Amino acid sequence: MKQVALLALAAVLLAGTGFGQQTITIGFTVSKTGVLNVDSTEKYRGFELWRDQINAAGGFKAGGKSYNIKFATYDDESNSKRVQQLYTRMILEDKADFLFSPYSSPLTSTAAVVTEQYGKIMLTSGAAEGKTYTLGNHFLFQMFAPAPEYLKVALDALKSKDPKATVAFVYEDSSFSVAVVTPAKAYAQQLGFNVVFTEAYAPATTDFSAIIDKVINSKATVLLGGGHYADGSTLARQLQGHKVPLKMLTLLVAPDSPQWVELGDAAVGITVPSQWAPQSTFKSQYGPSGADFAKAYAAKYNTPPSYESAGGYVCGLILQRAIEQAGGPDSAKVAAALNSTDITTFYGRTQFATADNNHGLQVGHSMILAQWQKDKSGKLTKEVVWPLAGKSANLVYPIH
Amino acid sequence: MIDGLLVGAVYGLAAMGLSLIWGVMDVINLTHGSMIALGMFAMYLLFAALTINAYVLLLPIIVAGLLLGIVVYWMAVHWVVGRSMLMSLLSTFAVNMMVIGIGTAIWSTSPYNVNFTLPGITIGAYTFTGNHIAAAISSVVIALALQLFLYQTRTGKAIRAVADNREAAELMGISSTLVLTIAFGIGIALAMTSGALVSTLFPFTILSGATYQLKSFVVTILAGLGKPFGALIAGVLLGLLEGVVTPFIAVSWIPLIEFGLFVVVLVAFPQGIFGKRATA
Repeated sequence: MKQVALLALAAVLLAGTGFGQQTITIGFTVSKTGVLNVDSTEKYRGFELWRDQINAAGGFKAGGKSYNIKFATYDDESNSKRVQQLYTRMILEDKADFLFSPYSSPLTSTAAVVTEQYGKIMLTSGAAEGKTYTLGNHFLFQMFAPAPEYLKVALDALKSKDPKATVAFVYEDSSFSVAVVTPAKAYAQQLGFNVVFTEAYAPATTDFSAIIDKVINSKATVLLGGGHYADGSTLARQLQGHKVPLKMLTLLVAPDSPQWVELGDAAVGITVPSQWAPQSTFKSQYGPSGADFAKAYAAKYNTPPSYESAGGYVCGLILQRAIEQAGGPDSAKVAAALNSTDITTFYGRTQFATADNNHGLQVGHSMILAQWQKDKSGKLTKEVVWPLAGKSANLVYPIH
Repeated sequence: MIDGLLVGAVYGLAAMGLSLIWGVMDVINLTHGSMIALGMFAMYLLFAALTINAYVLLLPIIVAGLLLGIVVYWMAVHWVVGRSMLMSLLSTFAVNMMVIGIGTAIWSTSPYNVNFTLPGITIGAYTFTGNHIAAAISSVVIALALQLFLYQTRTGKAIRAVADNREAAELMGISSTLVLTIAFGIGIALAMTSGALVSTLFPFTILSGATYQLKSFVVTILAGLGKPFGALIAGVLLGLLEGVVTPFIAVSWIPLIEFGLFVVVLVAFPQGIFGKRATA
């Protein structure tokens, strides 16, 4: 009797100290330094919020066990070479059970070589270029709508306002932007737009004067392109400084960042294809609503979430659901659960391609177009302007 | 093209510092890029603290550059002047790495902006930003001031004398150590000032100085060693070249053209465009 009592006491004490709680380690790199810092930090905050909510709730249940989340993270310095070393380290030394991608398509494609080699599942966000998914990978799962979808929304919106617009494409010479602009240019021509100028610039470009002169000479009325935060914000500032009379300016990635308001007047009217916006009203079948996510994010970071942040959070959410369905962190069972995923969260629909020639490519998610507008008090706000069914404000066109 | 001219003046100012040090003490100063970057951050910090006209802040940056240059001279350069070129290369490279390492620890390698804008001038469809115009004017004024200093003041003449023949200058009672210290200080002040000007035009990181250091090498070779004012003109020519060729080719080809020119000038005009021709 005494032994039973001692055992019961031990069980109570151990339960109280979290005994029986398992830990799942997720490895990923963050660009704490370098040109991808702004976008990468926002994505990291999404990961972090998801982890903190899970752990604060005492973990999540799968197969009768409870799991906490632990991160193994390093600074990749926005550098592919560091990514290769660090993903190997996270797998071999940190014993990461699963991996999230670094930020950006080039860094992700480098990380994918390592994760596939070791047969580790990696969920990617902030990496829209689709070529990596055509290389026969089996453990890679993309959360973002692929690159060819990005500028289609902007061109559809433009078609509704000004079918005779003359279009220039000025974009970063990176795998992501090239993967976005190449199909967008063909789509623009298919819609009947006159594409009058196209030029790619080096990723580290800071002086756009020569390109801006070419845009002026081309008589383009609409400019689409950009790349990431550093170059996109610089291009927007310099277009404003040179008073280029564009009717519409759509830039990739950069204007989605809450930091965009720092550009002041140069930020007004700029449109950005977005994976998600706080105004999105998807009916969540799993996880928090968009409003709850945005509220929790703003409370933690004192800034509204960007689509990079939402993409980071939803990486965690989809992995959590797959682990729950698999009954634990067994890699093969989780991969099978991810393969059969077809669910709508606050972020929208998520479904992965499962064919050999595009395994892991995101096929369920769709894009929206957001625009920075001034509200009645003169404060800059980001509004959803396309598709019309989900708009929170009308597209302002022309902006000049 | 006009944008190219305006930016070219800033390239020229950046190269003047490198050219002066190279010409006077035969030292290829590899701290040049990191000092340009420090000038950028000096402007960023001063402007954030004082929020006054950014171009007024050039004055304290020149003084800070002069003092920092003197410190660097005594720390890493004085001991290797007159010795193998490799020694000074390694010594200044070490200082460069220290500055970049400390700078990265403090500011990371994320981009920064100086949010100061002057109204521009519009001619037809083209607008030239006030910052470009002010940076170019500042560069020319500083270059002229340096030229006056070198040719009209006793210290300036001493610097030129040491550059021409150090031993003869010492025999005339000139303290070459003092002159070299001042010359190095001025070289660093010019590098930091050009960095401060660049920061009012473009975003920057602690690593941004490397781009302008490379341009400074091209400009210095174009002008000829030890020709500070020639460096300003060569900088303007380089900017002009960028402005002239970019309508016809993609901007990403510019470095190829610049370094192609670098090789051509080295082969065809080893003394530089403004250098003395070798006599048989």
